[in-house]
Amino acid sequence: MQLRINGESREVDADGDTPLLWVIRDDLGMTGTKYGCGLAQCGACSVMVDGVITRSCVTPVESVADSAITTIEAIEQDAVGKRVVEAWVKHQVPQCGYCQSGQVMAATALLKENASPSAEDVHAAMVNLCRCGTYNAIEAAMMDLAGIENTAPESEAAGGGEGGLGAGTIAAGVAVAAGAAVAGGALVRRSRKAKAAGQETSPEARPETRNEEEGA
Amino acid sequence: MNAPADFHRFPAGEPTNISRRRFLLGSAGVATGALVLGFGIPLGAPRALAQAAPASPDAASRVPAFIEIRPDDTVRFLSPFMEGGQGVFTAMAQIVAEELDIDPSVFVVEAAPAGKVFQVMIGGMRITGGSMSVRLTYDFMRRLGASARAMLIEAAARRLGVAAGTLTTEPGKVIHKASGRSLRYGELASGALDLPVPDASALKLRDPKQFRWIGKPVARLDMHEKSTGKAVYAIDCKVENMLHAAVQHAPRLGMTVGAIRNEDLVKAMKGVHSVHRLDGAVAVLAERWWHAKRAVEALSVDWQEPAADSDGRNMPVDFGSDAFVKSLAATTGDGEEAESEGDFAKAFEEASQTVEATYHSQYLHHAQLEPPSALARFNPDGTLELWMPNQAPEMFQGQIAELTGLDPSQVIINSPLLGGFFGRHFLYPAGNPYPQAIALAKASGRPVKLIWSREEEFLRDPLRPAAAVRFRAGLDAEGMPVAFEAISATEGPGEGIANKRGKGIDESAVEGLTKKAYAIPNRRIAQQFVKTPATLAYWRSVGNSMNDFLYETFLDEVADKGGIDPYGLRLRLLHGNERLTNLLNAVGELSGGWKRGPYTAADGTRRARGIGMASPFGSEAAAIAEVSIREGQVVVHDVWEAIDPGSIVNPAIVEAQVNSAAALGLSQVLMEEAVYEKGEPVARNYDLYQILRPDQMPRVHVKIVESGAKMGGIGEPPLPAVPPAVANAVSALTGQRVRSMPLSRLKFDS
Ligand code: FES
Ligand code: FES
Repeated sequence: MQLRINGESREVDADGDTPLLWVIRDDLGMTGTKYGCGLAQCGACSVMVDGVITRSCVTPVESVADSAITTIEAIEQDAVGKRVVEAWVKHQVPQCGYCQSGQVMAATALLKENASPSAEDVHAAMVNLCRCGTYNAIEAAMMDLAGIENTAPESEAAGGGEGGLGAGTIAAGVAVAAGAAVAGGALVRRSRKAKAAGQETSPEARPETRNEEEGA
Repeated sequence: MNAPADFHRFPAGEPTNISRRRFLLGSAGVATGALVLGFGIPLGAPRALAQAAPASPDAASRVPAFIEIRPDDTVRFLSPFMEGGQGVFTAMAQIVAEELDIDPSVFVVEAAPAGKVFQVMIGGMRITGGSMSVRLTYDFMRRLGASARAMLIEAAARRLGVAAGTLTTEPGKVIHKASGRSLRYGELASGALDLPVPDASALKLRDPKQFRWIGKPVARLDMHEKSTGKAVYAIDCKVENMLHAAVQHAPRLGMTVGAIRNEDLVKAMKGVHSVHRLDGAVAVLAERWWHAKRAVEALSVDWQEPAADSDGRNMPVDFGSDAFVKSLAATTGDGEEAESEGDFAKAFEEASQTVEATYHSQYLHHAQLEPPSALARFNPDGTLELWMPNQAPEMFQGQIAELTGLDPSQVIINSPLLGGFFGRHFLYPAGNPYPQAIALAKASGRPVKLIWSREEEFLRDPLRPAAAVRFRAGLDAEGMPVAFEAISATEGPGEGIANKRGKGIDESAVEGLTKKAYAIPNRRIAQQFVKTPATLAYWRSVGNSMNDFLYETFLDEVADKGGIDPYGLRLRLLHGNERLTNLLNAVGELSGGWKRGPYTAADGTRRARGIGMASPFGSEAAAIAEVSIREGQVVVHDVWEAIDPGSIVNPAIVEAQVNSAAALGLSQVLMEEAVYEKGEPVARNYDLYQILRPDQMPRVHVKIVESGAKMGGIGEPPLPAVPPAVANAVSALTGQRVRSMPLSRLKFDS
C-alpha cells in the first residue's frame, strides 16, 4: 500500500492491521517515533494524521492509507513545528528525551489547530506521560508558545483542576490507581475504566487490552 | 554493586597523550591531526595496549575514554558515564571545557565503550549510578582539560617561536598578546600530537572565582537532537541482516518451557522466521518486530513448575504482595543492629510518654519509558558485539564473557542513550534481555534485536523492595524524643540481587533510617532480614527512596505526640548543625515562611503543609509540600525544595533534576505500586500501573544551597524528602495519620 508520509509517497508491504508505529519504525526505518506501551497509554508514539494528533501504536496502517502522516523526522520542515522545537531547546525541556518526540508532536498539533490556545487548551492537549518529570518545563515552553505569561493562578498550575482536564477525568484516573490494589476478580472492570479515561484523549484506543484478555 | 566501596576507586591515573597511537585512533573515527588525551594509561602503555587490541572491525571499542581536539575546533569527548536524562554529558563537557578554555557548546559527547583496555585505564569498575559521576571525577576532569590546554600552549610556543610563559588563552585560541597573534586550538592540535603531557604538579587549575562555565546554567548539549527525534536509544539501533525478536516469559520466574501446543500454526504465521525455546521463555524471530510479537503472544505453552530442589529465586504461586507486606509488619524480634547509640531500652523504659507504630512501603516498577532491548551480533572475527541499555558496561562485559566463554576483550559493548533508567539497567538475574538476544543470534546465525514489550517488561522488571518498619520512640517531659528505635523487616536490593545475604547488614536496605542527623541521644536501627519471593532492584535513591518516608512520617507522629510543631522539632533536633539548620531555614524561606495549617487558600480549598528531610548520596535535602483533598484524593499544589550538594556544576541541570526526582517521589507517594497476586503482577502496562500524569504535577520551587561541603550527588538526592513532605501535609490536613504509601489506597474526607 502507498503511504503519504512527511510529504513523500512511500510503498509499504504490511498487513492492513499492522500498527502504524511499527510500519514507521521497522518498514520505513524512521525511529524518531517511540514505542512506550503499545496501548494508547503514554503518547510516546504520537504522530499527526491529517494534522490530528494520533497514537500510532493503536492505529492500523490501513486506516491512514489516504491520509497525510507527519512524524517527528519532518518536524522542522513545518513552521509551527520549528517554533515548538526552538521553544523546547530554549526551555531545555528534555531529560532522557524518550517521550519528547511525542510531546513535540502533541504541541505542534495543538498550535497548528489553534495558534493562541488558552492554558486550559494546553492542559487538555498535553497529556503524554513523561517518566523523567519534565512536565513543568513543558508547561513553561507551552505558555511561551501560546503567548501566555507563565504566572498561572494556583489552581491551574497545580493540576488543571478547572481546565480542560476536568475533575471527572482526574477522579477516573485516581479511581483506577486505587482499584489496581484490589483483588483480581475486578480486573476486567478496571481495565475498562482505564480505557475510558484513555479514550478521552485517544479516540483510536483499541477496543480491548491485553490485561483484559488475561483477566477474562 | 555489592561493594559500594569499589565505586570510590574511580578514577585512577593521570591524563596521557595517546595521539601517537595513530594506527588505532584512525580506525576509531578520530580525525587526522587531532590531539587525543586518554585517561590514566600506565607508562609504557601504548605497547601493552597494542597487544591487547586484536584486529577488530570496530577498533572504536578498543579505544579508551578520551578527549579529542579536532582540526575543525570541535572537541569529541568519550564519557565514562551514560546519559539517561541526568545531564551528565553536558556536566562532563563543562568541567573539561572550563580548564581547557573552550566553549562547552563545541563538545560532541558519546558514551565510552567497554573493554579490557578501558578497565585497565580507570583501574576499576565504572558505574553510572549512586549519583557519583560528577562528584567522583570532578578533579580528574579538570586536570584532563588543564593538561590539554597546557599542551596546546606548548605547541603554539613552538609554532610562534616564543616562550610558553608569554602565551595565554581565550576560549578556543592561544594568544600572544605582545604581537597580537593568535592560533585556534584546531590549528594547533596536530602540533601537540607528540608532546608529553605536563606533569600534574606543574598544572595550574583555574581559580573557582574565575569560572566561566562551571557553576553556570550552561545549555545542555543534547536538547535539539532530543526535541527532533534524532537521539538514538538502544531500541532504535539496527545492523544489516538483523532479525527482530519478541519473547513470552513464563508467568512466574523459575517455570520452564514444556510442550508448545500450536508451534506449527505459529511458524506458519506471516513473517515468522523461527520459534525458539529459551530459559523460562519462548521466542519468535521475524523480519519485523510486530510479526514476532504477535506470533510469540499466540504461542500456547505448557509452563512447567520448577523442580522442588531448584535453587533459583523462583516465584511461588501463592505470592501476593498485600499479604506479604502484612507478614513483614507482623514480624517480631529485635533484628540485626545497623546503628546504635546510647541505651535505647533504658531510655524508652524511663520515657515520660512513648509512641509505637508500624509503617510500610510498597513494591515499585522502574517504569522507564523505553522498554529494555538488546541487539546482539557475532562478528566474523569472533567477537560478540552488543547494543543495549546499561549502567555499567564492564560488568555486563564480564557477565557476557562468562556466559559465552569468550574473553572479555572479545565482547564489545555499545551503550546508546538511555530512555530513562532510575536503576533499571544494572545487571539483574533474569532481568536483562541480553542473554536471550545472544542465544537467539547464536541459534539463527544472524544479528538479533530483541525488544521486551511493555507487558513482558512489567513481568520481569525487578522491583524496588518493600519494607515494614516497627518504630518505637520515647519522649521526655517536654515532648522531645530521647529514645528512637526502627526495626525494618525487609530484604535489601543488594541481598536480593545476590540472592543471598552478604556479611553484615545490606546498607542499601537501611539507608535513610540510619545516618539521620537528628540529635536523639538513644537510638537503635536494625534490619530484620526477610527473604522476598520477587526479584529486587536498585531504584532511584535506593534505600532512601522509602526509608526517609518511613522515618520522617513517624517523626511527625512523634512531634504530634509531644505537642511540638514538626518543623520546630526538626530545628531543635538539628541544633548546632549549621549546615542542616541553614537548609531547613532556606526551605522555610523559599515557601514564604513555615506554616503547617490547615488553612483556607485563596480559592477556598482547605490546605496544609508538611516537611521532610533526607541526607542521601552525599547531599542534603529538605522539602515542603502543600496539599488539599479533592474528591477523597490528594492534590499536591506546590513543592518547595532546598538542596545542598556542597557545590555544583550546573544550576539549570540541578533544577531540572530536582523537578525530575520530585516527580518520581510524588508518583511513588501518590499512586504507584507493583501489586502481585498468585505469583503474578496485576499490572502489565501503564493502564493499571499508574505513574504521575501532567495534570498531577505540582509547581516545584528550587533553592540550591552551596555550603562548600564535599560535593554530593544530584540525580537521586532530591527524591527522598518529597514523599514524607506530602504525607505529613496530608496528616496535618486530615488529622488522619498516614503510615504507608501509596496514598491512593487511602480515602480522605475533603
Ligand atoms: S506507545 Fe504508548 S501510546 Fe503508543
Ligand atoms: S524526558 Fe524521559 S520520559 Fe520524558
